Amino acid sequence: MATHLLRRRVSQILSQAIPCPTSPLSVGRAFSSATAPIRATLFPGDGIGPEIAESVKQVFRGAEVPIEWEEHYVGDQIDPRTQSFLTWESLESVRKNRVGLKGPMATPIGKGHRSLNLTLRKELNLYANVRPCYSLPGYKTRYDDVNLITIRENTEGEYSGLEHQVVRGVVESLKIITRQASLRVAEYAFHYAKTHGRERVSAIHKANIMQKTDGLFLKCCREVAEKYPEITYEEVVIDNCCMMLVKNPALFDVLVMPNLYGDIISDLCAGLIGGLGLTPSCNIGEGGIALAEAVHGSAPDIAGKVNLQIYL
Amino acid sequence: MARRSVPILRQLLTSPSTNLTPTRSVTYMPRPGDGAPRAVTVIPGDGIGPLVTGAVEHVMAAMHAPVYFERYEVHGDMKRIPQEVIDSIKKNKVCLKGGLATPMGGGVSSLNVQMRRELDLYASLVHCFNLPGLHTKHDNVDIVVIRENTEGEYAGLEHEVVPGVVESLKVITKFCSERIAKYAFEYAYLNNRKKVTAVHKANIMKLADGLFLESCREVATKYPGIKYNEIIVDNCCMQLVSKPEQFDVMVTPNLYGNLVANTAAGIAGGTGVMPGGNVGADHAVFEQGASAGNVGNERQLEQKRANPVALLLSSAMMLRHLQFPSFADRLETAVKRVILDGEYRTKDLGGTSTTQEVVDAVIAAID
Repeated sequence: MATHLLRRRVSQILSQAIPCPTSPLSVGRAFSSATAPIRATLFPGDGIGPEIAESVKQVFRGAEVPIEWEEHYVGDQIDPRTQSFLTWESLESVRKNRVGLKGPMATPIGKGHRSLNLTLRKELNLYANVRPCYSLPGYKTRYDDVNLITIRENTEGEYSGLEHQVVRGVVESLKIITRQASLRVAEYAFHYAKTHGRERVSAIHKANIMQKTDGLFLKCCREVAEKYPEITYEEVVIDNCCMMLVKNPALFDVLVMPNLYGDIISDLCAGLIGGLGLTPSCNIGEGGIALAEAVHGSAPDIAGKVNLQIYL
Repeated sequence: MARRSVPILRQLLTSPSTNLTPTRSVTYMPRPGDGAPRAVTVIPGDGIGPLVTGAVEHVMAAMHAPVYFERYEVHGDMKRIPQEVIDSIKKNKVCLKGGLATPMGGGVSSLNVQMRRELDLYASLVHCFNLPGLHTKHDNVDIVVIRENTEGEYAGLEHEVVPGVVESLKVITKFCSERIAKYAFEYAYLNNRKKVTAVHKANIMKLADGLFLESCREVATKYPGIKYNEIIVDNCCMQLVSKPEQFDVMVTPNLYGNLVANTAAGIAGGTGVMPGGNVGADHAVFEQGASAGNVGNERQLEQKRANPVALLLSSAMMLRHLQFPSFADRLETAVKRVILDGEYRTKDLGGTSTTQEVVDAVIAAID
């Protein structure tokens, strides 16, 4: 079962490295021949990260997967070129290899610089977070028929980080939705649905209240939907979606949504199948970069006894 | 008065016996004149609204409850709520409402939101609990979600910066956060609840949700008998679907409250059975707790198969709010008995009855 999941995961990583139709096809593909190994960047991370990374390497070696790992560690000092603990070499390595696997990285609190995950996301322009949620045979939860993918816009929306205090006791936070980012993630969602044989894409929104912002997101999704007539497209209000997910998750196939809703819904779906320890995730960037990651934290308290499922 | 009967009722209903006859010996001593009929504004609304509000009126008449209804027609596609309706609610102080459908992206702001702003109904309360006899995947659910109703992401302040870039403002103020935190703790205190959980996303929205959390923490210090903790909203949703028994009262800003309330309603039996309402300093509007943004589809309407249970339980809450606890208890017991028997259930609960059949069963079950 592990090998089967492993092969599916590897094929997922490889397929997700295929560039979207809109980006230029001048990306050099390293896997034209079946025998030449693919180079992939590996960030073991902190806490339980190194143990998990070691296990992944062992399993891959055992299954004879043609991957050559290039390991990079988070540094101790701030690299002035990237303004964070991640070195320029690490980022360049991901850009060159186009495929990577990232362990949990703990950002030291209160040091006054960007979080490591945020640095990776901004520097590599990782615009879509893809989280497949499958009920795992053999692990019984209350829900047995979960089979859906959540695709979340990763760069803007409510997480733009633009907040300010207007007067004492009044705070404003900006939610930004742009046509460009919405089109990009919608394109990716439909492309993913098509290449993986998925039949339905649902856009999740709250456009009855946030008419202009989510309205723009929906307009972009509709435009892209027209280009894929074989895929059913529907729009679901987020509160209705939450309710339907907990009552009957089999109703959904591919979900595409802006940043905040994506965060909440993808974690909700992870809860349906058994938790963050069992959920794989992949961040897709411009030009076909795919960085698969662990969604859990570095869990320094349990370093030494870990669950490898998510990495496989 | 009202608060004494609630814990006893809860005790009675959690006991596994099928005999739900209340054997309270509590005495409620009314003031002379309390029995005079009270006026309640009724807004049937759109979709299944008229059907379920009609059901409530029917049951109230059968019980000879001391309320009479003043009905006003409001529909979701009106530009704003008519002034006479607002005046009536201000006079009566209590309103019962069906859903108002908001057109999608249509340039008309939601009438539900408008009503809440105008009457300053700053707290929205949804009580999600397992009904005895209604089997769901999760047991032991008894969660009350108290959601800030006036600001946050639903402030409605959006504009297009340049073509293709839209901004929406999320506003959090100390004033509103403080009063919702105070309401949540006061509710917990008056209803003998043990824990209040604040739901937030302050790791990302540090200033906005940080201000909300600060207000909650300040109020928590004034209620040392009630446990207080905080949880990030994505973790909260995950915990709700795996371990909902850890939550008691949850206080949240506007958007997260919407999601959490609908999720909690879904795990506890569906939006067709969860009561709730909106309350402010002067007025209260009772409606179906978590409607998931829809007012029912045409098929439900044609076949008259809408579920009246949510609105019936909300009207029991309304009776308690109006200080008629005995009528409220009788209504609630009757509804719960009908659900427990399982013979008359609408389609969303797995049965085949129509609204009228459920209403008749409830009336028959009232003692």
